[in-house]
Amino acid sequence: MNENYNVSSSPHIRDKAKTSNIMLMVVIGLLPAALFGIWNFRHENAWILVVVTTAAAVLSEYIWEKLMHKPITIKDCSAVVTGLLLALNLPPTLPWWMGVVGAVFAIIVVKQLFGGLGQNFMNPALAARCFLLICFTGRMTYFVYDGVTGPTPLANLKAGEAVNTMDMLLGFTRGTIGETSVIAIMIGAMFLILMGVIDLRIPGSYLISFVVFIAIFGGHGLDPQYITAHLCGGGLMLGAWFMATDYVTSPITSSGKIIYGICMGLLTGLFRLFGGSAEGVSYAIIISNLLVPLIEKVTLPKPFGKGGEK
Amino acid sequence: MGLLTFKGGIHPDDGKRFSKDQAIRPIMPKGDMVYPLSQHIGAPANPVVKKGDQVLKGQMIADAGGFVSAPVYSSVSGTVKGLEQRFNPTGTKTECIVIENDGEYRETDYEPVKPLAEMTRDEILDRIANAGVVGMGGAGFPARVKLSPKEPDKIEYIIANCAECEPYITADYRRMLENTEELVSGMKVVLSLFPNAKGYFAVEDNKKDCAEKIRAAIADEPRMDVKLLMTKYPQGAERQLIYAVTKRAINSSMLPADAGCIVDNVETLIAIHTAVVEGKPLTERVVTVSGDAVASPGNFKVLLGTNHQELIDAAGGFTSAPEKLISGGPMMGFAMVTADAPVTKTSSSILAFKEDAVAKNPETACINCGRCVEVCPSRIIPSRLADYAVRHDEEAFVAMNGLECVECGSCSYVCPAKRQLKQAIGSMRKTALANKRKK
Repeated sequence: MNENYNVSSSPHIRDKAKTSNIMLMVVIGLLPAALFGIWNFRHENAWILVVVTTAAAVLSEYIWEKLMHKPITIKDCSAVVTGLLLALNLPPTLPWWMGVVGAVFAIIVVKQLFGGLGQNFMNPALAARCFLLICFTGRMTYFVYDGVTGPTPLANLKAGEAVNTMDMLLGFTRGTIGETSVIAIMIGAMFLILMGVIDLRIPGSYLISFVVFIAIFGGHGLDPQYITAHLCGGGLMLGAWFMATDYVTSPITSSGKIIYGICMGLLTGLFRLFGGSAEGVSYAIIISNLLVPLIEKVTLPKPFGKGGEK
Repeated sequence: MGLLTFKGGIHPDDGKRFSKDQAIRPIMPKGDMVYPLSQHIGAPANPVVKKGDQVLKGQMIADAGGFVSAPVYSSVSGTVKGLEQRFNPTGTKTECIVIENDGEYRETDYEPVKPLAEMTRDEILDRIANAGVVGMGGAGFPARVKLSPKEPDKIEYIIANCAECEPYITADYRRMLENTEELVSGMKVVLSLFPNAKGYFAVEDNKKDCAEKIRAAIADEPRMDVKLLMTKYPQGAERQLIYAVTKRAINSSMLPADAGCIVDNVETLIAIHTAVVEGKPLTERVVTVSGDAVASPGNFKVLLGTNHQELIDAAGGFTSAPEKLISGGPMMGFAMVTADAPVTKTSSSILAFKEDAVAKNPETACINCGRCVEVCPSRIIPSRLADYAVRHDEEAFVAMNGLECVECGSCSYVCPAKRQLKQAIGSMRKTALANKRKK
């Protein structure tokens, strides 16, 4: 009787959820916004930028890991998520090679140099977007819709001009590839909530605190038209549902998630109302990313038997 | 009324369908019987027989080695072959008494018993201690020590742990259905030690039939009641169970008695009944044999010391060669290198799985998803504690409440990165506790 069965520490069973499944679900959650964006900006051939940027992200992860003699992790789909998110945050007319520069920056500088998946302290896609915004300010703020160049609705709003909130809700307006249609974003977000990938704590506290800030300092009080325009404008929805909820760069503690959401809401409001640019979501999120260790430190949960059982 | 529970926990496939409808069947062992001297927490028992001695069933073969210890009894009649180093189910080699079974099961003459009402507190406790009763759910804490708190009058609740929250195991389930009276009688014995206590049978709501059966059996017992718990793992963990039933929470530096509670599981209460009411020592227990590699899973009444291979044979053997053999439940049980190990006082089941989920799921990088935090019944942060453990940062580990871990394994179960969180935390915890004791 010397069978030598496998030996390991307990537990001996595992849940079905896997990192790659979770990442794949995020990709599926992004598809409505991506597909709508590709269709919406079909005259600008947005599909090329989406495909090239996503492929560049995956490829740069593969090449880096190959060169560094590390295990290849592209199968976990996290590079696909980063590449796709970055693409959805780019204006449809951006030259494809700028998308590649952004993808390489996101994967190599923000993610791999800090130790790969799980180790980056900033959302790679957003950090790359901000990098591109600084490098190529002109192209990154050049927006076209149906062949007509012009400001985004958020810029109009900041200038005090009227905006069409229905078009903003549906997505028939200028903006980055994936941010324009609130409906498409919400379909994907609902899917992620139903699949248990994300929960309401971060996006909920983000959006509520943002609305409160806008209502107090926006100069329009609780005007529903103004608040709706702010909620539907710019990258707020894409940011709140898909980038603020990034596991790696958000707090792990339950109350920390809410504080983190509030930080982003206040910063977004501050940047949009008092900043030089009409947009502020990207900077609000990456600055809040930096606050995560601090937030976790002050929201350490009480253990069971010391007050944490309730 | 809502179901009683705690915060956190997981809902794995309970796997109980394989064996829950199989009535308890006795197994008559054929091979040598092996009795480890250490089947409990505390000092090992001292052998009182030597090679060549003839022993009877129910005869003491090793006496308690101290107050926190328990004697061991032979479960068969036969000849002592000697003292040998053998594997126990947890995979370590320990000193064991080996007895050649003559197959006749001649029993020793037991001391006559007095009715419970005529026994003093000490007489009852002595009977329990002398019978070798220990916590049979897995911990193996000597029952007498548990039943001797500093202030017995302050004990308000005796909780019968009828949760059986570990997947696959149905031994307690069958015991509750088939030995309801012995279970209630065991509770009666314990209640007689604690004049101010109520006796609660805490049953998970996936075992409503047991709850009904017990309810009917305690209709005339004003001090007893049945409490329905939510079906969730680890509902039967001592601290979580006490909280679910009484809303009192204890931490790692407290004992159940600090919350006015004593918790005993089903098999232990039945052993207490056997010891005090029938006057017989602990020589058998019910063991579930299950898992997808077992031909006909079932529940067996097994004489302690029986080789696990005989249990597997009794369940029809394997349908295909298993990758993994587990003594105990899949969440907290021990992986066995070989089936060649005896059933001990704490063996609740043996499970055989075709596939080893641990080997199939290699560890990958933490993505900070927080699932381990959501499920942790101790409300700590398993992923961070595992990081400290890997870096051997004991100070940070203790500061982040690593010692509060109950090692239920829920974190390792849910982790999508398949990290061995419980393993890392568990080994760091052992070191930290040992260093704490040194101070």
